[in-house]
Amino acid sequence: MSAVARWENEGGAVAAGHDLRGLNFLAKMKVQLLKLAHARSGDKGDTANVGLIALRDEFYPVLVREVTAERVKQHFRGICHGEVERFELPNLNALNFLLHESLGGGGTLSLMTDAQGKTFSTALLRMEIDLDAAEARSLGIEEQVSGDR
Amino acid sequence: MREKIRVASGQGFWGDLLDAPVRQVEGGRIDYLMLDYLAEVTMSIMQKQRARDPSAGYARDFVPLMREILPACVERDIRVSANAGGVNPPACAEAVGDAARELGLAGRLKIGIVTGDDIMDRLDDFLARGIELRNMDTNEPLSSVRDKIQSANVYLGAQPIVEALRGGARVVITGRATDTGLTLAPLIHEFGWRADDWDKLSAGTIAGHIIECGAQASGGNCQYDWQSIPDLANVGFPIVEAAPDGTFVVTKHEGTGGRINIPAIKEQLVYEMGDPHEYITPDCVADFTSIQLADDGRDRVRVYGIKGKPATEFYKVSISYSAGFKAVGTLVYSWPQAYDKARAADRILRARLERLGLKFDEILTEFVGANATHGALAGDPSGDAPEVQLRVGVRGSDRADVERFTKEIAPLILTGPPGVTGFAGGRPKVEEIVAYWPALIPKREITPRVEVREV
Repeated sequence: MSAVARWENEGGAVAAGHDLRGLNFLAKMKVQLLKLAHARSGDKGDTANVGLIALRDEFYPVLVREVTAERVKQHFRGICHGEVERFELPNLNALNFLLHESLGGGGTLSLMTDAQGKTFSTALLRMEIDLDAAEARSLGIEEQVSGDR
Repeated sequence: MREKIRVASGQGFWGDLLDAPVRQVEGGRIDYLMLDYLAEVTMSIMQKQRARDPSAGYARDFVPLMREILPACVERDIRVSANAGGVNPPACAEAVGDAARELGLAGRLKIGIVTGDDIMDRLDDFLARGIELRNMDTNEPLSSVRDKIQSANVYLGAQPIVEALRGGARVVITGRATDTGLTLAPLIHEFGWRADDWDKLSAGTIAGHIIECGAQASGGNCQYDWQSIPDLANVGFPIVEAAPDGTFVVTKHEGTGGRINIPAIKEQLVYEMGDPHEYITPDCVADFTSIQLADDGRDRVRVYGIKGKPATEFYKVSISYSAGFKAVGTLVYSWPQAYDKARAADRILRARLERLGLKFDEILTEFVGANATHGALAGDPSGDAPEVQLRVGVRGSDRADVERFTKEIAPLILTGPPGVTGFAGGRPKVEEIVAYWPALIPKREITPRVEVREV
């Protein structure tokens, strides 16, 4: 596992992992999007699109609140060289992101293994968000959810 | 009017499972089979084939497929819509006609041909009249690549296909037509939807979007609970079961593998999506935020509530142009320190390319097994990785420089870091890059042509 803070929730009590910095460590836990959403991505020229879909309906408001265009741009730093746009699809409990200037020129111009942006979906699912332990509990996210790397 | 029409997807792209369309015809009741053959760069390949041979320039796989399924299509009243015509729909129709006659079907079917999408010969006229065909992504005018253009085609919509169906065509062969139009056209034809009934046209368009990538809507490439998706070896391609009111069910044949459920349909809906409020086709502007999904039993998802807006005044144009050359070389480095060895080899290779004075627009190094898909998000590679593949690509305008690069990969085996293998495939190939130039053109400039021929 990573050196990132790891909080384990055991029997309703929040126990600290090995990083004790920060005063609110009892109240927050890191949740990886992989536990909250599934996704599919594709390309339009040099733009990658990532559709992020809540695994359960009650996760959607959390995605809307936490997975902002700014956060996604930050997450894909060094990969996405342009703007990130976000669109909401409450009817599908999904968000659609457009990551401009991300595919090495796109299409046949690109030298990338993933010139079509097919794996941007899982790259986004690596993102971690901070949730209040109480909220996480109410959403039924019980176990440690920070992904091992 | 029929109560329900079943439109089946037979190909998600040119190169998809060869027997999928046959299984759609043989596996249960369908009314229409739609086949998408054209990727963006396919047209340029076909243009070259036609330049060498005036009877070529279409998806050749389509002809043996038709030979196999035409008798069943005639017998069971199944119609086919396919953009297999490439840059030469008449020649494709001729070949399918020959196959039909050999099967003894003379006088028993008609073939519809849709043309008018090819604007290659009209480009200079457009440019002279101030129609600049600027790149939709970069805003550059087409004149900047005029002498490198290899093909130019308008994406036609559903209406010309509808006209061919009205003329009694059993098989409709188009050139560059939208994937969604191939599904929408049968619904317009069967249900008599008006050309300005935007909600229904949008419903048919979204039905087309769902099935145009084949099994990607029925369990293929599906992240949701992927381990439990049954029998992908026998995956059933999706079928739209549409009603006159614009609602439809996505399903597949009984006894096939894969899975159609709400998460799988959601994944396909968001695939290659731009602004969900405005999914623009020649036929309408569909609103993906209006789509409602409901579970309709095993391997059945009901889709309803779809809203749409009027079509725009433009067609999208797909132009291909020659954009230099590229090559990609790979080598595999093994434990221990596989990643460090691959990195060292990359530094050595780049130093040699530099010393040779080769000019490239881009050199890209990836380490497969470490960062090729997720870049730095994957974290630092483990020193214990059993192997890492070094993958170096170059792109440039000078073919000779790219060619020289391909000769610098193998020498690394005897002149670089140890523990290296994976060169059985020989030198990398130099590829000519045919790039894609998306543009818009006013609809008034384009006249789709429809011909229906008796076989």
